[in-house]
Parts: sequence; C-alpha cells; structure tokens
Amino acid sequence: MFNRRSLMMAAASAFVLTAAGPAAAQDAIKIGNTMPYSGPASAYGQIGRTIEAYFNKLNAEGGVAGRQIEFITYDDAYSPPKAVEQTRRLIEQDEVDVLFQNLGTPSNTAIQKYVNAKKVPHLFLATGAAKWNMPDKFPMTTGWQPSYQTEGAIYAKWIQENVENPKIAILWQNDDFGKDYLIGMKEALGEAADSLIVAEAPYEVAQPTVDSEVLSLKASGANVFFIVATPKFAAQAIKKSHEIGWEAERFLSNVSVSVGAVLKPAGFEASKGVISAAYLKEATDPQWADDPAMAEWRAFMDEYYPDGDQASSFTVFGYGVAKTMEHVLEQAGEGADAQAILEAATSMDHVENPMLLPGITMTTGPTDFAPIEAMQLQRFNGETWELFGEIIHAESS
Amino acid sequence: MELFIQQIVAGVATGAIYACVALAVVMIYQAIHHLNFAQGEMAMFSTYIAWQMLQWGLPYWVVFPLVILVSFVGGFAIERIVFKPIENAPVLSHIVIFIALFAIFNSFAGFIWDFTIKAVPSPFGDGPLWEGAMIGKHQAGMIGVTLIVLLLLWGFFTFTRVGLAMRAAAVNPESARLVGIRVSMMTALGWGMASAIGAVAGMLIAPVVFLEPNMMLSILLYGFAGAVLGGLTSPLGAVIGGFIVGVVENLAGTYIPVIGGELKLPIALFLIVAVLLVKPAGLLGRRVVQRV
Repeated sequence: MFNRRSLMMAAASAFVLTAAGPAAAQDAIKIGNTMPYSGPASAYGQIGRTIEAYFNKLNAEGGVAGRQIEFITYDDAYSPPKAVEQTRRLIEQDEVDVLFQNLGTPSNTAIQKYVNAKKVPHLFLATGAAKWNMPDKFPMTTGWQPSYQTEGAIYAKWIQENVENPKIAILWQNDDFGKDYLIGMKEALGEAADSLIVAEAPYEVAQPTVDSEVLSLKASGANVFFIVATPKFAAQAIKKSHEIGWEAERFLSNVSVSVGAVLKPAGFEASKGVISAAYLKEATDPQWADDPAMAEWRAFMDEYYPDGDQASSFTVFGYGVAKTMEHVLEQAGEGADAQAILEAATSMDHVENPMLLPGITMTTGPTDFAPIEAMQLQRFNGETWELFGEIIHAESS
Repeated sequence: MELFIQQIVAGVATGAIYACVALAVVMIYQAIHHLNFAQGEMAMFSTYIAWQMLQWGLPYWVVFPLVILVSFVGGFAIERIVFKPIENAPVLSHIVIFIALFAIFNSFAGFIWDFTIKAVPSPFGDGPLWEGAMIGKHQAGMIGVTLIVLLLLWGFFTFTRVGLAMRAAAVNPESARLVGIRVSMMTALGWGMASAIGAVAGMLIAPVVFLEPNMMLSILLYGFAGAVLGGLTSPLGAVIGGFIVGVVENLAGTYIPVIGGELKLPIALFLIVAVLLVKPAGLLGRRVVQRV
C-alpha cells in the first residue's frame, strides 16, 4: 500500500507523457487532461491511468485514423486552482488539440469559461453536473455520464409508475450536486411534485451526522426516502433509517453505490433493498462473467494496466470513455482538426459502447451535449447489486 | 410530539459525542491554558490505530485500553518533543504548531489508511437499546462511558496528589514550582491525558459518524462550544455543555425554519460568542483572576 501510493505520487508529481515516438510526433493528436492523482480524491486517478493505458494500446496497434495519440495528463489534486494552472499549461505550452475527461465538477467549473474562450474542445468530462450540457453558452463543453438531473428524473419516473400513493422525502447535500438531483426529480414529476414530495432536508458537508435530518424526514410519514448524499452521509442515512425501522423504499444516488466504501460500512443488513441506478457494467457482477466485451476489457487490463484494480468501477469507466474517444477520432477522420473532433463528438447517433448496459447508447446533437441519458435500476440484495426492470430513458431533447 | 422527543433523544446522543470531546478540551485547557486545535486530529489518529488493531484481529477490550495507553504515551511524547523546546515562546508560536500538528495528523491518516470511510464496530452492539426504544445501544453506552470518564477525572483532580499538583501547575506555575511541583512534567502529563481522553472519544464517535481523516473537523468545533458553554475549567460543565449543544442544535434545526440545515453549524459558533459575551466563565466554570 505504502509503496503503491508513494509510487503513484512520484509518478504524478512528474508528469506523465506517453507513447508517441519521435517519428510519429509530427502528426500525433494531442489530448490533454487533468486528474487527481494525489490528495483525498486520488482514487479517481485510476480513470486517468486506464485511459492512458488504452491510448497506449491504440498507439501500439497503429493509432487511430492513421495518427498516434499523445495523451498528456497532469495532477490537479482535485483542487480548482491547480486545475486552472495545469489547464493553462496544457493549452498554452503543450498546445493540446482537445481536452478530454477532466475530472471533478469544481475543477471543470473553474476552467470552463477559459477553455471555451480559447475554443479548445472540452470533451466527455468526468462529472455528473448538468451544466456540461449547455451548447448555447458553452459550445466546447460536453459531459459523458448521465447527469445528476437525468438520474433524479429516472427515479421520479420509476416511483410514479411503481410506488402506490408515493410520498417522497428527500435528504440532499446542500450544494450543486444535491440541487441537480432535486431539479431533475421535480421536473420529471411535473405539477405533481409539490404534492408528492412531502419533506426535504438539506445537510451541510461540515455536519458530523445526518441523524437528526433522517428523523425529521421519517416523521413526515413518507414511504419513499431519496438519499442524495456523498459516501459518508449516505452510509449514515442508510444505517439510521434502518435503525429507526423506517420501512420506506430507499433510493440512493449513484455517486454512493460503492459496496466497499458505503454499503459495507453502513452494514449489509441495513443496506438490503436500497435502490440505485446504473449505466455501466459492474466488473464483479457474475452476469458479465462470460460477456465478450468484459473479457476483452480484462485482457486489456492484464496486458496494458496490470496494476489496475479489476474490481473497481473506475477502470471500467476509464475504458468505456476512452473507447468513446476512439470512436470520435475515427469519425473525425484523417487529419481532423479540433473543430472536426468537436463535431464528431456532438453528432453521435445511438453509438454503442461495450461497457454500457445492453440497451443504453450514446446520442448527441447540436442542442444536446449529453451522451448518456438512460439508466437501469438496481437493488442491493445484501451482497451485490442486482439489475431489474427495463432501461429507463430520460432524454432531455 | 413524537418527533420532538425523538429529536431530543437524538440530540442527547450526539451531545454525548460533543461531551466526550469537550472533556478532552477541558483536560488540555487545565494543563496548558490553550485550546489545542490538533486535539480532534489526534483523536482521529488514535481511532485509526484502534481500527487497525481490530483489523489485525485483536479483541475489542484488548484494543480499547491499549489504544488509550498508546495515545497517552503519544500525547506525552508530543509535548516533550515539540512543545518543551518552545516553552517560553509566545502564544502564536504554539498556535502555529497546533495547526501544523493538525495538518500532519490529517494528511498522514489519509496517506496510511486512505480517505474512504471505515466502519468501526461498537463494543455495545447495534440496534435500539430495547425493542422500540428511541436510543441505540451504542448511544446509551457512549453516554455511560462519558459519565464514567467524567467521574474519573473529577476524582483525579479532587483527590489525587498528581491531580492537585496538575491544577496548581496550571493555575500558578511560579508558586507550584516553589513548593516542589515539576511544572513542565505536569504539562506533559496533561497532554498525555488529553490525548487519552481524545482516544476514548474517537473510538466512541467513529461507530456513529464513520471513520475518515476529516471525521473530527466539525465535531471539535461543537466540542469547543460545549466546553466554553459549560466552563473551560469544569469537566462537569463541559459534559453538560456538550449535551446542551447537541439538543439545541437539533431542536433549532428542526423547528426554526430559517435555521433549517444551512445554519445548524453556526449555532455552535453563536453559542461560543454568546457565552463569552454574557458569562465568560461558562455555566459552571470558575472565574480566573490573574494578578498582574
């Protein structure tokens, strides 16, 4: 542990430049990125490592559309000021063609205006905020994963169709992340929102516990408990609602679905029955044991990223998003410039991706920069997540 | 009505958390007449040590005293190594070191054990105290342990030579030295004890809020509020103060719509300011008069 971490930090403090041999450097396409390789959010760094490994694989196989990929990724330690500094470096000094998969809502918020002013495509960001889908204001910026609003809308749809006489209580983190879920859910409920949502309790991340909020929500008599919380508070809310014997249908935001980091600390018994939504295949789910796409992913991991965690959702995510970028570069064609790449990224038509759940595809258009807008619900059975029901669509356009 | 009672019970339960921390705050205040900003992080670090030992398979009731001992030695050592050399330096130097310790413990915990939350088991078991009870087994146990620690502290300061010597050293170092008390040793002892109480607090708090490097950040603030409210010189006052902060916070958050979730945290700060304005010594504290 010690070794891996210190190695990772050492690797991150120097920057990592890969692949492209000098001969190919001339026409290599430069892709820039910032990730937290150090600091509290460094676990996300695995996404960057996976993408890097995937581009290495592409380069080894002759590149994409006849060009090598030069992937330049810097450590921003999940700190917006550092992200700004590193992004400037990527654009001004390294002169990257596009930015790709920059991670974190705060960091991307900090660079969004600058990047758009510089007219550098800012593609497939690793964050679920809804504000990456504003083609009018920010024509360079696109998201990738389903946004928090989309997810909120998906739960709302399911609740309306499947819960009898729903009375919804919402615990939400008082910031953009929490508000996005509220907006998504209220928009999907439409005019019924005011009567169906019987209680809302915001909490601050500085609070020690959310016990008091959970008690108040239960007292509202709600039969649906929607937990919009980051891992620590999600675990507290799951544990507390079980402890006080609140028999509501519990929904959990996708950011806190980690079995190891949330449900196990909260207790498997207490977590039983919790519902969340998914769009990626789960690496540990036995139903994908014989899936050819997952077998391909495992082979890739063994060869190009042997240190990578094959039980982690981050490596699946990184592979899926890197595949999306590969598709876009192929579509943009030989000798494509930044504009052509942006166009390819924003005109995807039901593009399939081997890491997405069957039935979910990626679609973008001139007024819709959100590629993935469908999810499937899953229920925690006390050991693992089990997918159930149909794919639920919440396309914004 | 049911909600009202539930919120009070939940407030008492969280109040027990604050009370534990407030005790550690009072302890260190007795010894050095400062508030130690790194107190919470030291407690968090002790809790990680406990968690690690439990992971290695040691039984809880072996780990519990062992961690208290380790924390005592650790606190003692910190005083000897870091604070002894700057004994006569101005207050600001001490504060800078408190903040340095804060950052060091916080980062090291993240470095060694990473930032994901860990579940620390409760020695009292999970679930409600009895079928249908509003208070959990762990919460009840926590209140019990807090009261035991309080009793021990009171006994220590009132009846033991060392306890009396420690008080003398804190109140009047000059005279204490003249009657043969080793003042600087008393300070180190105070650090050790504060750190040991912090370890107890951390181990009791972690099952409720989950263990992670920032676990104590806001709890320490509430602990300060409890200690100031009850009186920084009075262990009993600190415990009562902690409970009051817990209950007031919950009731205000639930029933005063303006406060809601957003203003819950400032309640602790508001209490500190209000107490300092109206009754600076706190509910049960002694007025400290210093001749100059």
